[in-house]
Amino acid sequence: MDARVSAKIQDVFEEPACEHNQNKSAKEKKKGCTKQLSPGAAAGGCAFDGAKVALQPIVDVAHLVHGPIACEGNSWDNRNSSSSGSRLYRTGFTTDINELDVIYGGEKRLFRSVKEIIEKYDPPAVFVYQTCVTALIGDDIEAVCKRASEKFGKPVIPVNAPGFVGPKNLGNKLGAEALLDYVIGTEEPDFVTPYDINIIGEYNLAGELWQVKPLLDALGVRILSCISGDGRYREVAYSHRARASMMVCSKSMINIARKMEERYDIPFFEGSFYGIGDMSETLREIARLLVQKGAPEELKARTEALIAVEEKRAFERIAAYRPRLEGKKVLLITGGVKSWSVVAALQEAGLELVGTSVKKSTKEDKEKIKELMGQDAHMIDDMTPREMYAMLRDAKADIMLSGGRSQFIALKAKMPWLDINQERHHAYAGYEGMVDLVREIDKALYNPIWEAVRRPAPWEDGPVDFTADAA
Amino acid sequence: MATVVDSKKACTVNPLKMSQPLGACYAFMGLDNCMPMMHGSQGCTSFGLVLLVRHFKEAIPMQTTAMNEVSTILGGLENIEQAILNIKKRANPSLIAIASTGLTETKGDDVDGYLHAIRRKHGDALAGTDIVYVSTPDYVGAFEDGWGKAVLAVIDAFAQPCDVREDDLVNLLPGAHLTPADIEELREMIESFGLRARVLPDLSGSMDGHIPASFTPTTLGGTTPDALRRLGAAKATLAIGARMDAAAAAILARCGVPCHVFDRLTGLSPVDEFLHCLSRLSGRPVPAKYRRQRTQLQDVMLDAHFWVGGKKFAIGAEPDLLYALGATAGEMGAEIVAAVTTTHSRVLEKMPCDQVLVGDLEDLETRAKERGAQLLITHSHGRQAAQRLEIPLLRAGIPMFDRLGAAHVLSVGYRGTRDLINGWANAFLADEHQNTPQDWPLPEESRLAASGGTAGGCGCDASAPVAEVVPDAVGA
Repeated sequence: MDARVSAKIQDVFEEPACEHNQNKSAKEKKKGCTKQLSPGAAAGGCAFDGAKVALQPIVDVAHLVHGPIACEGNSWDNRNSSSSGSRLYRTGFTTDINELDVIYGGEKRLFRSVKEIIEKYDPPAVFVYQTCVTALIGDDIEAVCKRASEKFGKPVIPVNAPGFVGPKNLGNKLGAEALLDYVIGTEEPDFVTPYDINIIGEYNLAGELWQVKPLLDALGVRILSCISGDGRYREVAYSHRARASMMVCSKSMINIARKMEERYDIPFFEGSFYGIGDMSETLREIARLLVQKGAPEELKARTEALIAVEEKRAFERIAAYRPRLEGKKVLLITGGVKSWSVVAALQEAGLELVGTSVKKSTKEDKEKIKELMGQDAHMIDDMTPREMYAMLRDAKADIMLSGGRSQFIALKAKMPWLDINQERHHAYAGYEGMVDLVREIDKALYNPIWEAVRRPAPWEDGPVDFTADAA
Repeated sequence: MATVVDSKKACTVNPLKMSQPLGACYAFMGLDNCMPMMHGSQGCTSFGLVLLVRHFKEAIPMQTTAMNEVSTILGGLENIEQAILNIKKRANPSLIAIASTGLTETKGDDVDGYLHAIRRKHGDALAGTDIVYVSTPDYVGAFEDGWGKAVLAVIDAFAQPCDVREDDLVNLLPGAHLTPADIEELREMIESFGLRARVLPDLSGSMDGHIPASFTPTTLGGTTPDALRRLGAAKATLAIGARMDAAAAAILARCGVPCHVFDRLTGLSPVDEFLHCLSRLSGRPVPAKYRRQRTQLQDVMLDAHFWVGGKKFAIGAEPDLLYALGATAGEMGAEIVAAVTTTHSRVLEKMPCDQVLVGDLEDLETRAKERGAQLLITHSHGRQAAQRLEIPLLRAGIPMFDRLGAAHVLSVGYRGTRDLINGWANAFLADEHQNTPQDWPLPEESRLAASGGTAGGCGCDASAPVAEVVPDAVGA
C-alpha cells in the first residue's frame, strides 16, 4: 500500500475522540474499525465512494476522478446534495483511463486533465480522487497535484482514498483528511464575528441545511463554513476562524472536528438536526459553545425563546397527525447516526418502532438507541432481504423507512415505504423537516393504493357462479 | 456514411459511457434464477447496482467478491471461492455469473483457472449451480461491449449441438439497447407466425417490473439453463444489433444454427425485413395485425414529417441505439448535427451524418450548441446539457433515472417506431416557436439602400417607425 495512505488509515483508526475506539486493545485497534467484508454477501460502497460523498457537496470545485470509467461513469450526478450557487460539482470529470494508461501509467493523462479543466472551467480548486486501478499501478497523484498546483497557480488537492482500502465510512474520513492536510487554514475570511460556527459532516441532501439555516440566521449565528454541504472552496479554506463547530452525522467526519479543536482551539459537539428534541439540543449547544468562546451571554436567552416558539409550532402541527399515526409500527433500516436520531423523531409522532438496524452503528449509537427504545430494543445487526420481506409480509410492521437499496423489498411485499437515505428527495431536518417527515409517513400509510394492490383479482376466489346472479 | 473519430481530450467531462462489467452484469440479469457478481472491490458492484436500481426502480441482484488491497495483490482465488460458497448457501441460484473489473484485470487474476480449482474442490457442494465467467476490464470498451461479451460467454458455456431440431423454435438475441417492452414486442411478433422464441438474455422475464409471489434474492425470471442448453435445437437465430454479431456467429459455429443479424428494428424498412424473414421461416403470411400497424406507421410518418423534417438532432447513445435512432431520424428528414457514442462498432459508419464521435456529453453539448441543435436525445445525464442549451431532451438508453417506466419504453416494431416518431414531433410541437415582429429583421445593407443613402446617408434612422398612413384619410 502507498505508505501515505497506510499511515493515514492508521491515523484515522486511532481517533482519540472516538470512545468506541478507545475501549479497544492495541491489537484490535490495529485491525481498524471496520468489520471484514464477506465476499458474496457484502453490500455498500467503497472508500472512494465515501470520500466523494463527503467532498462533492463543495459546489464550486471541479471533482476529478482518476481511474477507469466505472468509478465516475457509473455513478456521477447521483446524489441529491443541493447548491445555492455554482453547479460545477454536478459536472462529471474523469480521466477514463484506457489499457495503454494501465500499462504506461496514467499520470500524464491526469496532469493534462487538470490543465483542460482549469482552462475550460476555471474553478477555485480541483480535487483529484485516487481509485483502485490507478493506485495499483502506482500513479502518484500527490506528486501530480503538487506539480499542477505550482504550474497553474491553483490548489489541486489529492484525495487518496482508493476503493479497495476499505468501506465507505473509512472513505469519509480519508476525504476529511485531505481537507485537513491541504485546504483548511489556507485562506482568511474577510471578517469574523463572535457568532461564527462550522457545521461538519452535513451534506445538504435535498437542501436540508436550508431548513436549519433560517433558525441560525434569526439568532445572528453565522455558518462560517459548512463541511461540506452547499460549501465553497474558500469557506472551507478559512473555516479555521470559526468559534465553535457542530459535528453532524455520527462519526463520519470526527477527525475534522477533533483536529480543528487541537490545531485551532475550536470546541465541537456532536449534534443532530433530526427530531425536535435533537434540533433544540443542537441550538442550545451552539449557543453554549459560542458563549463559552466569548459571545454575549444573552444569546442563550434568545436561543431558548426561539426554541420555545418553534417547538410549540412544530408540535401543534404534528399533533394533528398523532391520532392517525399513534401505534403504527415502523421498521427502520438505515445506518449509523440515523438509527438513533430518527428513532426519537418518530416517537414524537406517536409511532412505535418494532426494529432498527444497527449494522453501521457504533457502540455509542447502540447505547443511544437503548436509551430511547428501552433495553429490549429490537436491534437488527444484519437482516437478509428475505427476513425483511417476511417481516413486512407478516405485517409485523406497517411501514419501512430505509435507503433506496432495500425499498423494493417493502414495495414488492406491498407495504408502505419511505426513503430516508441520501438519494431521497424530501428534506427532513429541523422543526420543519420533522413535520414534513410525519406528513410523508401519513401520506404513505393512508394512500388508497395499499388496499387496491393487496386485493386479489376477483377470479382468484374460484369460478364465478352465474346462477347466483340469476336467482 | 459517417467517419468515426475518437475524442482527443485527456479529461472526460460528463461521461456518456458506462463500464463493461456493468453491461455484462446487465445481460446476466436476463438469465433465470441467476446471481450476477463482479470480481472487484465492493464499490464496483455498489455503483452499478445503484445505477440499475435508479433506472428500473427494481431490486437488483448483484454481488461482489469484495476485493481489498491485500487480496488484490495476493490474487482473488480465496475471495471468489468464499463468494461462490456464500451465494450458494444464501441464495442457491441455478447460475452464478461473474464479470471481472479493472482492478482484478490489472492484477491479472486467472479466473478461469480459479473456477476450475473451485469446481474440483467443491463439486458436490455446488451441485445444481452453474458458473459462468466473462473478462470485462473497466478500462476497455463500454457497457455495450460488456453485454456482447457476456452473451458470448453464456453461449460458450451452454450451447451445444442438438440432434433434434425444433422446427418452430427461433433464438432471439436482443442487443443491450432493447428494453423489456421491446423484447416482449418481438416475442409477440415471432409468436404471431406460430413460432416460439427463445430469448437470450431475456430481460422481459426479469426486469419488466412485475410483482413476484414471493421474495427471491436472485433474478426473477429470464432464460433458463435448460433453454440455454437447447440453443442448438433452433431453426434459426435472429440477432438484433451489430454487437450481437459474435454471439449469433458462435451459435452457428457450435451448433450449425443459421443466423441473421438485424442491425436495428426501429424504422419502417427494417421491420418489413424482419417480418418478411419470419414469414419465410414459418411459411406463413404476415398477420393482418401487422399489415394494419404498418399503415399506421406510414400515416404517422406522413403526419410527423411536417414537424420532424429538417430539424436538427443531437444524439448521444451507445452504438446500436445511436444507429437505431439516428437512422430512423434520418429517414424522417431530420438532420443529425451531432452524434456521440461510447465505443467502436461497425454500424457507426452507416449513420446518416458526416461524423460520429467516440466521446462524452461535453462533446455532445458543444457540438449541439455550435450547430444549433433543436432536440437532444441521450440518457438522463443529458438533463444538465439540455437545460443549458434550452432545447428539449428526449431520454433514450440507460440510465433513465429521472423518469418512470424505463422498462416499458417501446421503440421497435411498427408500433414502437410509430410512438417514437410521435414523441419527436410532440417535443417540437410542445416547444413550437411563436413568430414575433422581430423575427425577420432586414440586414444593415438593405436598410441603407431603402433609406436612399450610403453609410450615414440622409441622417434619418432607417429603423425608426414610418409615419402611419391613416386609411380613412387616404379614402377621403
